[in-house]
Amino acid sequence: MRSLDRKLLREIWRLRAQVLAIALVVASGAALLIMSRTAVEALQETADAFYERTRFADVFAGVKRAPERLSRDIAAIPGVTAVETRILETAILDVPGFTDPVIGELVSLPKHGEPVLNRLTLRSGRLPEPDRPDEVALSEPFAAAHRLRPGDRLDAVLHGRRRSLAVVGTLLSPEFVYAISPGGLMPDDQRFGVLWMGRDALAAAYDMKGSFNAVAIGLLRGADQQAVIDRLDGLLDRYGGRGAYARADQLSNWFLQNEIEQQKNMSHLLPTIFLCVAAFLTNMVMARLIATERREIGLLKAFGYSSLEIGWHYAKMVLIIAGIGVAIGSVAGAWLGRWDTALYATLYHFPFLLYRPGPAAFLTAGLVSLGAALAGSMHAVRKAVRLPPAEAMLPPAPPSYHKSRLAPAVLGPLLDEPTRMILRRVLRWPLRAFATSAGIAMSVAVLVMALQWIDAVDFLVDSTFVRAQRQDASIAFGELEPLDVTASVLRLPGVEAVEPFRSVSARLSHGPLSKREAITGVPARAELSPVFDAERGRIEVPPDGLLLSRKLAERLGVKVGDEVTVAVQEGRRPVLKLPVAQLFETYIGTPAYMQLGALDRILKDGRVANGVHVAVDPARRAELVAEIKRNPAISAVTFRQAAIDKFHETLGRTMFVFVGFLIGFASTLSIGVTYNSARIALAERARELATLRVLGFSRTEIAYILLGEVGLLTWFAIPLGCATGFGLAVYLAGAFETELFRVPLVITDATYGKAALITLAATAACAVFIRRRLDRLDLVAVLKTRE
Amino acid sequence: MLSAAVPANTAETALQARGLTKTYRMGAVEVAALRGVDLDLFSGELLVLLGPSGSGKSTLLNILGGLDTPTAGTVRFRDLDLTSGGERLLTRYRRQHVGFVFQFYNLIPSLTARENVALVTEIAAHPIRPEEALGLVGLGARLDHFPAQLSGGEQQRVAIARAIAKRPDLLLCDEPTGALDRETGILVLEAILRINVELGTTTALITHNAVIADIAHRVIHFADGRIRDIRTNAARKPPAELVW
Repeated sequence: MRSLDRKLLREIWRLRAQVLAIALVVASGAALLIMSRTAVEALQETADAFYERTRFADVFAGVKRAPERLSRDIAAIPGVTAVETRILETAILDVPGFTDPVIGELVSLPKHGEPVLNRLTLRSGRLPEPDRPDEVALSEPFAAAHRLRPGDRLDAVLHGRRRSLAVVGTLLSPEFVYAISPGGLMPDDQRFGVLWMGRDALAAAYDMKGSFNAVAIGLLRGADQQAVIDRLDGLLDRYGGRGAYARADQLSNWFLQNEIEQQKNMSHLLPTIFLCVAAFLTNMVMARLIATERREIGLLKAFGYSSLEIGWHYAKMVLIIAGIGVAIGSVAGAWLGRWDTALYATLYHFPFLLYRPGPAAFLTAGLVSLGAALAGSMHAVRKAVRLPPAEAMLPPAPPSYHKSRLAPAVLGPLLDEPTRMILRRVLRWPLRAFATSAGIAMSVAVLVMALQWIDAVDFLVDSTFVRAQRQDASIAFGELEPLDVTASVLRLPGVEAVEPFRSVSARLSHGPLSKREAITGVPARAELSPVFDAERGRIEVPPDGLLLSRKLAERLGVKVGDEVTVAVQEGRRPVLKLPVAQLFETYIGTPAYMQLGALDRILKDGRVANGVHVAVDPARRAELVAEIKRNPAISAVTFRQAAIDKFHETLGRTMFVFVGFLIGFASTLSIGVTYNSARIALAERARELATLRVLGFSRTEIAYILLGEVGLLTWFAIPLGCATGFGLAVYLAGAFETELFRVPLVITDATYGKAALITLAATAACAVFIRRRLDRLDLVAVLKTRE
Repeated sequence: MLSAAVPANTAETALQARGLTKTYRMGAVEVAALRGVDLDLFSGELLVLLGPSGSGKSTLLNILGGLDTPTAGTVRFRDLDLTSGGERLLTRYRRQHVGFVFQFYNLIPSLTARENVALVTEIAAHPIRPEEALGLVGLGARLDHFPAQLSGGEQQRVAIARAIAKRPDLLLCDEPTGALDRETGILVLEAILRINVELGTTTALITHNAVIADIAHRVIHFADGRIRDIRTNAARKPPAELVW
């Protein structure tokens, strides 16, 4: 090994604490990039593989009641390879030991053999026998949430008749990767479950013999999906078709793809921010580190080493340090990626997880990190090799200090000498002080950005579920009910107020743009569940025309006054032209509203509703629940508080953990900058500080001189970081918009405070570490060696 | 302005400087370090530059060694014009022809004695082995010691070994004994003299210690950025006889 390389390795060993601090900064960026990239790849790959293996259908359709023979006509549509007709129903379940009603989605199994599409993965037990009408298989997460095993029983109200069902197996299905109740937002495996039953049993219970009410279709690769959907709609129309839709609009898949899209966004944005911060820090730290090598550079030049050779020497140093960072980041990133993927698996249920990180994420992380570190440091090396060797070997000329105009004279008498030294250094090298401050500010900014997430979601939950809604529960009916149903609901035990609603599935289009979206009818002067604008609060639904969410209007390219074509997907399936009367802002989904009266009027089926919001006397909740479980007209019920709790619980598992990581990374950044700044300052000033000790200053006093500067710069960094964090949050809120979620821009004062406190704690920890080193300063040795 | 007198022996000129001036900016102050210097170095001679600190002798040595460039004037080494060749030429000149010894040794603390020497032999064209070079300065037994494990005199002798290992044509020593006591200083001077005699290396040595001038062929007095006088030693003393 060449002597120069040996020097390199020994230097790196000598500076190991600093090297590690820089490497960890690089590692943070690399790990975050690798983690998010590989997790999103794994999620995508797992979903694709699962869909492929289980032959997840390409087109789905619901219908009121169609004869079985229609399946031959459907199979004859060009491009169709497989047709699976089914019966899908919703029922209220009564699970032993669980008070609240559970919404069960019942799915029929074919009479013979296994489904050809949406194949099931058996997780335990077996499939129900076709001739045993009381046997069911449960979705695995639902079974797990209630600890139900094959051999256990549960009750269900099927079409008004209470039945006792025997659990014979547990399953996973590509249709219910994200198992969510209709209209729900977060999966609640306790309150929503999927049950598979024999086709005959379900047909008998729901009077659907020889008929089906749902169909799933597999297509040839490259088949014209829209053409098939149109033909299918045509076939189902006279049987009460509810509109066919593609896989992309299938509920579970839509959530899954939204998540993947959001994660993709995230895997670009956050690591980019981190890598930029890491590059900035590496740059700053390497620049100062190389500046302390000035004498060595001069010496090597005196020996006849060329600038190129010296440049390469330091480039190797940077590459090794950044390489260590990339290595740590790769290992940590791969581990975190697997962990993150496993975390998804608790929300998205797959029978297997393909975490096979490809080289791309690692290569990108490596190249970006190494490149950034190199680009940053080469400037410092160039500056160092440009000096004539004779000058480089001299100690740098004493920096010229001035009595600064910036430090007002009035302060003069108030400042002691050590404080004056701190201030003079900061004012003497304002750029360097700014760079250090900016580095610390970056970590404050990342902290603000990470913690803001919690604020945003709290606000989102608050505005969506708490301030916007006042109902205690929402009840859905199996069929349309006349509006006077509200009177009978009001007679149910504990119900204090009732407000009807109607939800109509429709396809909204404007020119070439279209979107499947339910239109919800809301009564005028709604009290329990009014339309809520995120900025303006409660708003009244205009008496005519549509009230669209801003995101939906964007998706359709419409503004107030434009006409939207509304193809209603149920009943007589009218196609209507409706004006956009007003827009409103909401954070979740892309809802559309109309006044209930207006909706009923244009659909021409009388004054009806398919659900009610109710206010409930908490003391009589149990009575109401018992009644709901018995009532055949009720197909689903959701308690608002349960939804809020579930939302928080689910986020607790995912978001808080993620925020925790960001806090960890941001603290690494902050420690990386602070430690290196103080450590380099110590190297630069050892002689000066030793002299002060000889002159009689105490350890505490010289520690104050050295660390006071870092402390002062940290204080500058906090407001700077808070402002930058606000900027990042603004940027992220814009970049994160999906159809499912918009992240509101909300940052509480406490978030700024927490970010500041975490940064101060990191700085304090570094200060303690440096202080110990300072206490061991060998006065004689330092004074003997030349600077 | 005084010009360097050519000594009676007609040895060939190794290095020739004409009209050198150098102005430094040290922080806010401008310092004229050289104010017009003409000088010839003859092959194989041992030249001592005497002068108080701040007289410009280090600046002169740095310029002669290609560590620095003059504000005006020329330096010629054989056929090379060092002042017009630029950075690349200076690097090649230092690499192939010049060995430096500094007052504060300037060893790389993270390398052993042998490795400090190897740092230079690895890039030289016809070096002697590091072990041999360290043997020449009497450090054959301290090869694997780090600078921190060596005394000041030993460190300076490592620096000399490092400077001569490339078989330089010029050995330039800036206050090589400045940080050493007399005994150690004499050991170091003996090592330098031995190189000068045995390898025939042209040697220029800076000191503010007038006693050391007695070992030189020629002595130049330097003051205020100019050569005050040049004398040739009729009788030279071996270092062991020097007293300071």
